[in-house]
Amino acid sequence: MKLPSYILFLCILIACMGEWLFTPITVYGEATSTTDKDSQLISTTEEQEKDAADSKEIRIRKDEFDEIVGQLQGMKELLLTMKRDYEVRLNEMQEKIVALEKERTQTTDVVSQPASTEEAPIAGTEDIPMKKEEYGAVVEKIQKMESDYNIRLKEIQETYDSRLEEMQQKVAVAPQPASPEAGKWSPEQPITLLSTGKSYMNISFDGLFAAAGSTAEELGSLSSGGHDPNQRGFTVQNLETTFDGAVDPYFKGQASIVFQIDQDGESLIEVEEAFLTSMSLPLNLQAKAGTFFTEFGRLNPFHPHAWDFADQPLVNGRFLGPDGLRGPGARLSWLAPTSNYTELFFTVQDSQGETAYSFRNDDALFGREAVETSVRSMEDMLYTQRVTTSFDVTDETTVLLGASSAFGPNSTGRDKDTIVYGLDMFWKWKSSYASGGFPFVTWQTEVMGRRFEAGEDADAGLSNETLNNWGAYSQIAWGFKKRWVAGFRVDYVDGLKEFEGHEEEEEEEGHHHHGEGLGFERLRFSPNLTFYSSEFSKIRLQYNFDDILGNDTSEHTVVLQFEFLLGSHGAHKF
Amino acid sequence: MKIKLCLCTLAIISWASVAHAKVNIVASTPEIGALAQEIGKDKVEVLSIAKPTEDPHFVDAKPGFIVKLNKADMLIEAGMQLEIGWLPNLVLSARNPRILVGKAGYLLASNAISPLEIPDPSMDRSMGDVHPMGNPHYMLDPLNGKIVATRICEQLCQIDAANGNYYKENLVDFTKRLETKLSEWQKMLEPFRGLKVVSYHKTFSYFAKRFNLNVVGTLEPKPGIPPSPTHINNLIPMMNNEGVKLVIIEPFRERKTPEFVASHTGAKLVILPIMVWGIKGVDDYIALFDYNIHQIVSALRG
Repeated sequence: MKLPSYILFLCILIACMGEWLFTPITVYGEATSTTDKDSQLISTTEEQEKDAADSKEIRIRKDEFDEIVGQLQGMKELLLTMKRDYEVRLNEMQEKIVALEKERTQTTDVVSQPASTEEAPIAGTEDIPMKKEEYGAVVEKIQKMESDYNIRLKEIQETYDSRLEEMQQKVAVAPQPASPEAGKWSPEQPITLLSTGKSYMNISFDGLFAAAGSTAEELGSLSSGGHDPNQRGFTVQNLETTFDGAVDPYFKGQASIVFQIDQDGESLIEVEEAFLTSMSLPLNLQAKAGTFFTEFGRLNPFHPHAWDFADQPLVNGRFLGPDGLRGPGARLSWLAPTSNYTELFFTVQDSQGETAYSFRNDDALFGREAVETSVRSMEDMLYTQRVTTSFDVTDETTVLLGASSAFGPNSTGRDKDTIVYGLDMFWKWKSSYASGGFPFVTWQTEVMGRRFEAGEDADAGLSNETLNNWGAYSQIAWGFKKRWVAGFRVDYVDGLKEFEGHEEEEEEEGHHHHGEGLGFERLRFSPNLTFYSSEFSKIRLQYNFDDILGNDTSEHTVVLQFEFLLGSHGAHKF
Repeated sequence: MKIKLCLCTLAIISWASVAHAKVNIVASTPEIGALAQEIGKDKVEVLSIAKPTEDPHFVDAKPGFIVKLNKADMLIEAGMQLEIGWLPNLVLSARNPRILVGKAGYLLASNAISPLEIPDPSMDRSMGDVHPMGNPHYMLDPLNGKIVATRICEQLCQIDAANGNYYKENLVDFTKRLETKLSEWQKMLEPFRGLKVVSYHKTFSYFAKRFNLNVVGTLEPKPGIPPSPTHINNLIPMMNNEGVKLVIIEPFRERKTPEFVASHTGAKLVILPIMVWGIKGVDDYIALFDYNIHQIVSALRG
């Protein structure tokens, strides 16, 4: 257990040193390459060397250069708008002048007209001085404005010129800091590991925590999920670091590394997913390779922080495992060329390990001891098929339907197979006038069955048998007000055979079935309320009423969950 | 038998390709889609992903769009992280090489415009959901619309060179109409130069800049954070002091807070669609501004 913490420490160290370590290297790289060039250039003329140096300067300070160019463009635009503004106003003034001039000529016309009556000239002569005065004032005003504008424009031009010069000098001066020392990290500088725009990877960190109180002493034995609140008090459910980005024109890559702190306070590291996805295969195909969540059912591929509830549905934990069905493998999917969305998935993965829970798991199920199994042929891999289709019921409602099955060997004996199959449905209504994504209603239901061929275990006195089990959950989430979501979920799983009839013996042994929770027939009701303070944080209060039908007991649990997200903004799946 | 099957498939494929002789364009938002329609007219088939009435920051990545993107010849993205929460997964699932970054079928519309409100490097999310690349509501400046239309035309000519002249003619025609209208709009708003307004979100920055309005505050205390009583209590006296005459909101906002603020300041509340088809009768890009400018003018006169 110490190894992971060393790795963690190392990671942090690398992270802290990142800037200091990596930036100089690139600068060194650049510097060495240019010195190489310089040494070659020695034999050539001095002019060429100068050219090379010049090109070097600009290339090194490209970001700054771009910024300067941007600034210049901004200034240019400003100047242009000022100029336009000025021109418009000037035009207006000229128009005014013209209008006034017209008025004046008209009045003078009136005056110059032969005076037929005595009053007219008097009225005229009275008018003229007044108008003239007014006119003169207006002209003066306009002239003043004009000169003001000229001065202002000149000022702007001057500042623009001076700033241009300044920037040009900056560009010319730029090459000096391109020495290795410049890239060196100093304590005043913030440590920027990765910043958008410069790097080719998005990075985000998600923290998911819970505080729980329960009537069950061992809350861990009630929960079926590896990320569920597992004790009275606090649980670190999931600390997930996700990296993603375009690998090259052909692939997109993603990795999720999960840190957890278990009940004993030990830190654990888990590679949850790391895979690449093809961007442009022909024939509507898409390939995915690496280690990833199997596309089985609706909830399985979703990470815990994207769930609508603080814990995993019982049926998912029991059939697909506490950590969900996932593992190293490859997947091919085909998008049907139909007018509505239909996609087929075909996945091949390793069939062993604790994340292939109902398959070649080290802890064999149904009380049997695991048998050494190995992959003898292609048949011993885990195969998962899924078909999913979606259509819009109305402009505001959409339905997504799916059917899946997973087929592979299990570890209770040779040639013993397991099939897990399921149907899933997701329905969503969202208002056409949604603000911030609210209001909405979603309804999600999954039904799963498992056919498990259990081998003989003579030591335990168990014979060959085939065990069929099923379970389901149905949940509704209602975003009734911006930032507020109310949810309700009903869970059901039937009783596992080993728990039927002989409750007393098995109750003590119950803890052995770690992560599976109680193997009894169970019914669970979970209302909850979530407040999304922003897109990047949430607080959730959930109550679980556990009706353990198998042994006629019930448990009450209250969970307060909180989440925060740092870094890049992930895209949501439907 | 096999040959028959092959022939059948071939027939279906060729029929499908004939049926889709029009250039399929998917635009992330309706106003960009409307521009593509102006340029392409009957030679293109345009689909806009975001609903004109909803908040374009939060759009559901419905699987149906995957199919549309899969068949698209061109994708126009508004950019500046407006679509960050919903478009990337759709594009990934669409597995369509024609619309990937760097191809003629991909247009990042924001690349051509000069952005406003690029946050200071010292800013972070404690200031709300600030878009690191600047304010993404640039289509509310008609001149940006002109720029984007030009870019659409350029790339459409690359994809469908045969109809290049047709597209160019449409662009010239559109630009002419837009420019005439722009000077008309500016004249209409000229009497209100420098008018102080308050908006809900920083949606109208480009619009205000083009038409010489002055956005002195927002109902949201910080981008993406809903109005809080404290903020509103500070905002109302500020608006009274500044003499704010208008409160501008988008159709999808709640009305209670804006109405409360308007009633306490004597300002008029106007609801302006920010996307084409955002309100009945607003069927194209020019109509969007026609409607909005008339709303403002009649609110101020009435």
